[in-house]
Amino acid sequence: MTRMLLNGNHAAAHGVRLAHPKVVPVYPITPQTPILEKISEFQLQGIMDADLMTMESEHSAMAACITASLTGVRVFTATASQGLMLMHEMLHYASGAQTPIVMCNVNRTIGSPWGFWPDQTDSLAQRDTGWIQYYCESAQESLDTVLQAYWVAEKVLLPAMVMHEAFYVSHALEIVDIPSQEIADAYLPPFNPPHRLDPEIGASWGNVVDQDMFNRHRETLGNSMEAAVEAALEADKLWKKLTGRGYGVIETYRCEGAELIIATTGSMAGTVREAVDQMRDHGVAVGLLKVKLFRPFPVDLVRRTLDGVPKVMVLDRNFAPGTGGFLHHELKAALYGLQNGPVIHGYLAGVGGTNVPPVKITGLAQEALEEEPTVLSVWKG
Amino acid sequence: MINVAYEIAEEKIFCSGHHACPGCNAALAFRYIVNTLGKDTIAVVPPSCGAIISGPQPLSSMRIPVYQTTLEASAASAAGIKRALKTQGKDHVHVVAIAGDGGTYDIGFQSLSSAAERNEDIIYICLDNEGYMNTGAQKSSSTPYLAYTTSTPGGKPTAKKNVAEIMAAHRIPYMATATTGYLDDLANKVRKAKDIRGMRFIVILIPCLDGWGVADHEGAKISRLAVQTGVFPLYEVEYGTKYTLNYGSQGIPVAAYINRQKRYRHLSPEQIDEIQQVVDADWENFKAKFTT
Repeated sequence: MTRMLLNGNHAAAHGVRLAHPKVVPVYPITPQTPILEKISEFQLQGIMDADLMTMESEHSAMAACITASLTGVRVFTATASQGLMLMHEMLHYASGAQTPIVMCNVNRTIGSPWGFWPDQTDSLAQRDTGWIQYYCESAQESLDTVLQAYWVAEKVLLPAMVMHEAFYVSHALEIVDIPSQEIADAYLPPFNPPHRLDPEIGASWGNVVDQDMFNRHRETLGNSMEAAVEAALEADKLWKKLTGRGYGVIETYRCEGAELIIATTGSMAGTVREAVDQMRDHGVAVGLLKVKLFRPFPVDLVRRTLDGVPKVMVLDRNFAPGTGGFLHHELKAALYGLQNGPVIHGYLAGVGGTNVPPVKITGLAQEALEEEPTVLSVWKG
Repeated sequence: MINVAYEIAEEKIFCSGHHACPGCNAALAFRYIVNTLGKDTIAVVPPSCGAIISGPQPLSSMRIPVYQTTLEASAASAAGIKRALKTQGKDHVHVVAIAGDGGTYDIGFQSLSSAAERNEDIIYICLDNEGYMNTGAQKSSSTPYLAYTTSTPGGKPTAKKNVAEIMAAHRIPYMATATTGYLDDLANKVRKAKDIRGMRFIVILIPCLDGWGVADHEGAKISRLAVQTGVFPLYEVEYGTKYTLNYGSQGIPVAAYINRQKRYRHLSPEQIDEIQQVVDADWENFKAKFTT
């Protein structure tokens, strides 16, 4: 193990290095570019033997990821914002082909207008594309999650996205423990898919199917996605055994006897943890629910965690017009019909990258404790 | 058995029973492409008549793996396969993308140009029938000047894009034009491409019987007239500089080519004359490339 001062992007790149992908199609976009730059550096130094493909667009990068994966090798790419938007068509294509691609997406606002700020709408708007989605709050978590994502993706044969937010995580320096190659190799078995494009095998993929076959493909895809919750729990358990670090697919912090649980994803979780400590110091019974695995949404675990809790306050640094906050929306659906379920306040906080310091969160929590919730998400700056 | 003046060596990869129209020249091209490339080949096909000809799952008209990609991603998809094969020590396997002109000249051009710039070790073949024929004959940027399509019912007001010269300008190892009226030449070019490493591009003019309004038995004849009138010369360019002419204009008037196609039947004699003048001028300019 090595200990280094790394930003989130470089930490993720170390995770990729340890996973040994063979083909890495890349295309630059702020604030993801340092990931591909670090990988290019590793490759030049001979630390990685990946074949880098410098594509002309994210669309082509994903197209090449899919076919390289279907040809039987581990692949990686990274993107953000507009790049992810351009990939949209190929995201569906990747999950349809059940290719276990791992991709980092650095959450950034989507135009128009232009912006470079932390906002999770880019990846959350891809929640229905059949990709596993992880949201990370720190550089360490991103490194660890890249390896876990490969483990899960290759287990259930689905592509996986690992998210962290622009600048808050992507460019902030932290002390990161980098596991040894031996640990990574012990964790991640070589990629050896059951199906692949190879003249020796002769199998094809992608051609027209009839309605019944299409129906079966979709059901199979759904079954893989369902299996991903258990796989993610197992992946995390194994990682914890090897490195001492585990995250769960959700995390609860100081939730014992909580009157209010603050639910969020990504870097906001770290700020909430701070706010929870402050409020607990003042005798206010609040806790944190961090949703790390967003797809598949860990419905059962979330229901068990929030059963009997009086109130939940959701902080969404993302926004879907007509829907509101994505986590707010998901939680309402997940908790539907729960007899002793909580009432839910959905707050849009930090959308577009506005600052949400602990003091703001304690204020919002106070408000949520005193007021009745509204059905729709509420703008809180 | 029809006697022809040449024999083409074939490996039996392409099978009968596919879903092409009777007399389809694209199916003919498919046969000589994959039968020349042989069994150690993986094909990439985007949405096109080629996708229909490849066959619906679980059937396949070809005894090789075929990956069907999205319309704009043929070159990137083929490149991804080849890179993955290389890392596995399977470098002997050829990867060929076979796309239409819509998937090449238009929506697929960005990824094609980039694959050429990276000199990806793939063969890219454009079956050019000068329009979106699989969706019922709409205009592409390959559709010639004044030709009728369902999206240019008054005739296309602009010229056909010269994709051969654009691809040659990428200075790729091999660029060639071919057509189904000259099958030996077509097969030779595929064979030549097979033995070269790096990016290889062949654009094959495919008369579309339905889209062009051509009689079922006339595909090959129209194809030969395209060459003999100087509309579509057959040539090769190596590394963007070394030009070789295989078959060019024999001075036959373009009317002989145009009059056999319903997509041109709205043309006035003046318009046919205008096309003749453009073809003549193009041919004069073009010939200069071959003078040594």
